[in-house]
Amino acid sequence: MNTSEFTGFIYLISTVAGFLGALTGLGGGVVITPALILLLGVDIRYAIGATLVSVIATSSGAAAAYVREGFSNIRIGMFLEIATTLGAVLGASVASKTPTSVLAVIFGFVLLYSAYQSTRPHPELPSESRSDRLATLLKMDSSYPTPQGPESYHVRRVRTGFSLMFGAGMLSGLLGIGSGALKVIAMDQVMRIPFKVSTTTSNFMIGVTAAASAGVYLRRGYIDPGLAMPVMLGVITGSIIGARHLPEAKTHVLRLIFGLVVAALAIEMIYSGFTGKI
Amino acid sequence: MEGVISILLQAGLTLAAGVVLAGGICYLFRHGTSHPDYRVFRGEPTDLRSVAGILHGVAALRCRDLIQLGLVLLIATPVARVAFSVFAFAMERDRTYVVITLVVLAILLYSLAGGLSGGLR
Repeated sequence: MNTSEFTGFIYLISTVAGFLGALTGLGGGVVITPALILLLGVDIRYAIGATLVSVIATSSGAAAAYVREGFSNIRIGMFLEIATTLGAVLGASVASKTPTSVLAVIFGFVLLYSAYQSTRPHPELPSESRSDRLATLLKMDSSYPTPQGPESYHVRRVRTGFSLMFGAGMLSGLLGIGSGALKVIAMDQVMRIPFKVSTTTSNFMIGVTAAASAGVYLRRGYIDPGLAMPVMLGVITGSIIGARHLPEAKTHVLRLIFGLVVAALAIEMIYSGFTGKI
Repeated sequence: MEGVISILLQAGLTLAAGVVLAGGICYLFRHGTSHPDYRVFRGEPTDLRSVAGILHGVAALRCRDLIQLGLVLLIATPVARVAFSVFAFAMERDRTYVVITLVVLAILLYSLAGGLSGGLR
């Protein structure tokens, strides 16, 4: 393959990944890194660098829409970003000292977990009647738009959520992913923030988290323009098309198919890591 | 505040994508028929690792540096969002969040400032 064909092929993969990522809420990054590594034989460090950049692109695009519609909670996002950015800088620093086969295995397990999360139904947990002291102090209570008008909510267990966010940031920095799945769990399951607010606030935070580790990756020479260019442009194209088709899409079926693809890639990554092929 | 943040993110993304696209077209015109090799990790040359190096390369009309400039603009977009939030919280006289946002901004700048100093290990 010459450079034009190679670029075109990556653009296509990234467009499909961005499209499915937007429809399923998994984000495109999770499949691009393994696809680059397993299909095209790209070194894991280049793949991580290129994907990290695309993660910022999808986050900024989606966040622009959600913030406007009033779903994302900017205060919660801002406070938790202290944890995710610290984690991300640490994770990105650890990444260069970690053997690539270990990175591949960790990546595989995170993928498996994301696939499992995305195919699981999300029952809305009953909302809390009051907030904990830290949440009140940090003015985290807010409301979000629903078809029945604005719905107010309270926030619990800020400390536990904060620690989990540090972990999410570390994984993001280590693997060059958005780690949206973990961010959503911290907010939705632990802090009891409504699911819709959790997912949109997570999206809002992903860009800042990824930017924190992107500096480290750029300096280490992991970000290759020839590779990142088709990935970024493809993911943007895919998520624009995806967002347009979201209302009529059968997301349940898509989630299942996408979940299976991600799981297959995950197992392949773990296998390649253990056998030392990556 | 929400309105400005939304516009800021959208504008940053559009600008970055435009620059990357321009650099990409130029890159494919010049290197389209060469054979890429990403199997072995060598790391990027130092001019592609720092903002100063990238700007230097863009001035020398190098396509890969133009793409890299677009990527740096993309990375800068969320940073600009945080910087604007400091100002927005200050306007709302919310001291707690001015401090929180400044902490996040400091961490981001700490990480990115390393990028400015070039091929530092």
